[in-house]
Formats: sequence, structure tokens, C-alpha cells
Amino acid sequence: MTTQLYLSGVSRSFDGFKAINNLSMVVAKGELHAVIGPNGAGKTTMMDIITGKTRPDEGDVYWNDVVDLTKVDEAGSARLGIGRKFQKPTVFETLTVEDNIGIALKAERGVFATLFDHQTSKQAAKITELLELVRLNDDRARMAAELSHGQKQWLEIGMLLAQDPQLLLVDEPAAGMTDAETMRTAELLKDIAGERSVVVVEHDMEFVRALGCKVTVLHQGSVLAEGTLDHVSSMPEVIEVYLGR
Amino acid sequence: MFNRLIDRRMGIFLAGLFIITVAVPIGNLLIAGQPVPSYAVALLGKYLCYALLAVSLDLVWGFAGILSLGHGAFFALGGYAMGMHLMREIGTRGVYADPLLPDFMVFLNYDELPWFWLGFDNFLFASLMVMLIPGLLAFVFGWLAFRSRVTGVYLSIITQAMTYALMLAFFRNEMGLGGNNGLTDFKDLLGFNLQTDSTRAGLFVAAAIALAAGLLISKFITTSKLGKVLVGVRDAESRTRFIGYRVEGYKLFVFIVSAMMAGVAGAIYTPLVGIINPGEFSPANSIEIVIWVALGGRGTLVGAAIGAIIVALAKTLLTGWIPEIWLFALGGMFVLVTLYLPNGVLGAVENTIKKLKRKTEAPA
Repeated sequence: MTTQLYLSGVSRSFDGFKAINNLSMVVAKGELHAVIGPNGAGKTTMMDIITGKTRPDEGDVYWNDVVDLTKVDEAGSARLGIGRKFQKPTVFETLTVEDNIGIALKAERGVFATLFDHQTSKQAAKITELLELVRLNDDRARMAAELSHGQKQWLEIGMLLAQDPQLLLVDEPAAGMTDAETMRTAELLKDIAGERSVVVVEHDMEFVRALGCKVTVLHQGSVLAEGTLDHVSSMPEVIEVYLGR
Repeated sequence: MFNRLIDRRMGIFLAGLFIITVAVPIGNLLIAGQPVPSYAVALLGKYLCYALLAVSLDLVWGFAGILSLGHGAFFALGGYAMGMHLMREIGTRGVYADPLLPDFMVFLNYDELPWFWLGFDNFLFASLMVMLIPGLLAFVFGWLAFRSRVTGVYLSIITQAMTYALMLAFFRNEMGLGGNNGLTDFKDLLGFNLQTDSTRAGLFVAAAIALAAGLLISKFITTSKLGKVLVGVRDAESRTRFIGYRVEGYKLFVFIVSAMMAGVAGAIYTPLVGIINPGEFSPANSIEIVIWVALGGRGTLVGAAIGAIIVALAKTLLTGWIPEIWLFALGGMFVLVTLYLPNGVLGAVENTIKKLKRKTEAPA
């Protein structure tokens, strides 16, 4: 088992408040991994640190054992192969669904390469393939703003996959989805894992159960428990801080 | 490529521009009795310069969400660069007849030409500076601002501060650029006397060509993949970063292109109106550009050009009839457009046409 992502002794405080406190976590290549925890447990800050949006005060964050992620910015982390989905679906509202995928597609990201870019037939085929995967091919010419909340979530996942990332960080993908959509999303993420590593932050226990993967419980910025959902949900300290409430 | 650059809007506008560009000089120079008076040629040329300036602002504001309230500075710098060339062209025909020093320098007891005036006797060098100086300012300013992720209102405020600071600087005689009075009393350009009708018509045509070129360059940029990335930056900047684009590089690129375009507009404006002074840097001018773009239709390029021409025309007419109400009228136009025409005049016209079409197509 090779390591995709390695966090060790990571701490970060904001104005004295320790959002992340001596957090250590390992994500193996191809692993599907869920992170749960009450509000303020540090889930979003953890993602910010992994993607270079926030720098940790101390601790190590390594990518593939070699790249120091505390030294890259957001665009740099994306170029390494980390795709991030936000909690609130964030798509380019005034672009078409197709263009949303198109500009996310893995390609040269330099200014002039982008200015003189021509879409190849291979890229066009890739876009169609992705649109079919996220079930938006019929809506490809519509503006992203016109999509439903759930469709936007899916479009964003499609944009993530277009980047061809090795690791997907997915923040509450099931928020605002119907039950059917939630289950479909869980299936999709399970399909993606294996080939890529997937870390899902989620509140919805049904959804986490459907994922059927390793669960890490965060509390006050550090790891409280780790294991299967059944295992962690039977632990008294977990019940006390999170599940029992 | 042709289809990409010339959509219906662009096609109609460029066709109209072409007709005017041919008709105005003919009406002024060739037809007896001058149906197009000489002052109108200069005036229309001035409008076209404003239109190019509006297009340059629309490129950054409409497509990348960078609301610059200091675009007048780039226009003025282009104007000054051309003004410096025109000053050196005067030569011994100045009041003091100094072969090297412009009149204001003789008057201020300069012994020699300041270093930054060197080279401006050469037209090509000056033309290059018309773009390079605004481009350089945009580069330095943009590099600092975008890298520090200054956005939104804060960015607008510092662009405003930039043009204000430049205005104060250019008002000083020590700047060596004519201080309060600016640069004026130009004689000729490339050997053509600026007071003749034919030169004025030539400048008018140059303004039209520059406007068309500016529109097409902007269209090329905005319809490229880079243009879509810019829209992405405008709509969801962090999303763009997290899919791997270094947003600051993209912003910097359009900001520089836009500043150069504004510089060219200023360079053609200066010989047309015969003067460039620090007033061009005034913050109010830059805000007026924003009104042109909003009124015409932000993010449409052609609309920005139309907006500039409409407001400039209204300004000419109103300041002629009742000068006191101009600023109220300008503010009123802005308020009305913001409230009732969210897509500007162009958007409103296109909507009306669409509605009319639907009505005629509907079975009676």
C-alpha cells in the first residue's frame, strides 16, 4: 500500500483558536476515506491545508511521500493532482455546462497556451464521456446557472474528474440532494475510488454508511477515532461528542 | 476564425463603422460645401477614441470582473507619450524657437532635455511608448495588486487612487511634462499639418481603424479558452484556482492588454483635440468610462463602444444647450440604466428585436 497523502502533527490556529491541533492522517493510494466530525472540528481547515489555501503553523504535509504540500498554492496543488469540491456547489454560472467541463479539462494551464488553445477531437470526446458519467449530456448547452442544486453538485464532480486528479477532496457532496441523488452520488464516488483516492467530508450518516469505507472522526482539530463506521459509532467518546447529540 | 470574431453584433457594428469611416472624410474633403464640417470630423474622431477606451475597460470589467476606476490614467499616459512626440516635432517653430527644448522648458529655465524625453523625436519610438508606458504601469500595478489578491471594491479604490496620484504628479512643473498646462500648441505629425482638414480626416480614420482592431483583439481574447477562464475568474475565482489556473497571471494579461489599448486611444485623441493635460487623469474621467460601459452593455464589447458614443454625443449636445445640468444628466442616465436596463442599451435593443420577431412569427 503506497501513501497518497500524509499529514503528521499538523496544527493551525486562528487568533488563538486551534482549528487543527496535532492532526495526523494517512490516505493510501486508491483509498476511499470518509471524514466526519461536528461543526468546527477542523474539516474545512484540513482541506484548506492540503490544497495550499492555508499554511499550517507546524507539522508535515506530504504528497506521494515526496512533495511538501505546505509549499504550494491552490493552483499548484491542483496541478499536482488534487481536486477539490466545495461544500456549496461552485460552478461557473455564466458558462455552459460543456464549457465548465472544458476549462477544467486537464491541459496546459499557462496564459498563452490557453489563449491559443484549440479543442482537439480527443478532448471533445473526453468532455462527452464525462458529461455522460455525471448525467448532464442532455444539458450540455445550458448555462450552469440553470441547473438544479443536485445537478450543480454533479457538474462540479465532473469538473473535478476532468482535471484527472489522483486525489479528490469532496466536501459534503450530498448536501441538498434528494435521497435518490444521494445514493447515486455514493455509487459514483465508490466507482471513482480505486483508480483515484477519494476523501469525503460528510455529515449525512446514511451517506457515509453507503460509502462503506474507512471513517476518521475529527474532534477539536484532531483525530478522535478511526475505523469502520460501525466500529467508530460504537465508541463511547464518539457517541458523546458527535453521534449521541 | 472569421465566425468566431464576427458575430452578428460585431458584424453590424463594424459595417456601420466602415460606412462612417468612408462617408465622413468624403463629406468633409471631397463634396463641395462641406456637408460634414471640419469640427465634426474632430469631434467624431474623439468619440471613436472614447469608444476604444470603453472597449478596453469592458475587456477587464465585463469579462474578468476587474472594475478599474483608473482607466483614464492609461489613456492619459498614451496621450502624453504622443504629446511628447508632437512637442518635439515643433522644433524651432515654438515661441522661443529653441531647436531642442519645448517652450515650457525654456520658460522654466531648463538647460537640457530631461532624459525621459530622449527618443521621443522618433515617431516609431513614441508609438511604442504609447503602448509600453501604460502597459508597464499596468504590469507593476497589477502584479502587486493581483498577487496580493486584492479584489472587488478594494481594487477599484486603489485604481482610483492610482489615477489621482498621477494627476497630482503631472500637475507639478518638476515632472518635466508641462505641469498645469500640459502639452499643447502642436504643429504637425509625420510632416502633416495638424490644422488641415485632411490631417484631421486621417486621424479620424486612424481612430476608426484602432477601434475596429481593438474590438477584434478583444473579441479574439474573450472567445478563446482564456476568455472562458476569465469569465470563470469573474464568477468563481477560487474555483478557477482550485482547477489549477494561476488567476493572477490571467488578470495581469488582460489588464496589460487593456491598458495598452487605452494608451492607443489616448495617443490618437491628443493630436485630434490638440492638447493633453493632467485633467485627463482626473478620477471623474475614469468613472465616466465606467458609465459608458454600463450604459452600453457590460461584457458585450460592441455595447461599450456604443455607450461611449451615446454619452459623448449627449455631453456635446447638453453642454452646448444647458451646461449646468450635464452632471445631473450623466448621473441620471447611470441610475436609469442600472435600474431599468441591466444589460445596457445594447441588451435592451436586442431584447426588443427578439420580442418583435416573436410577435411577427406568432400566428395571428
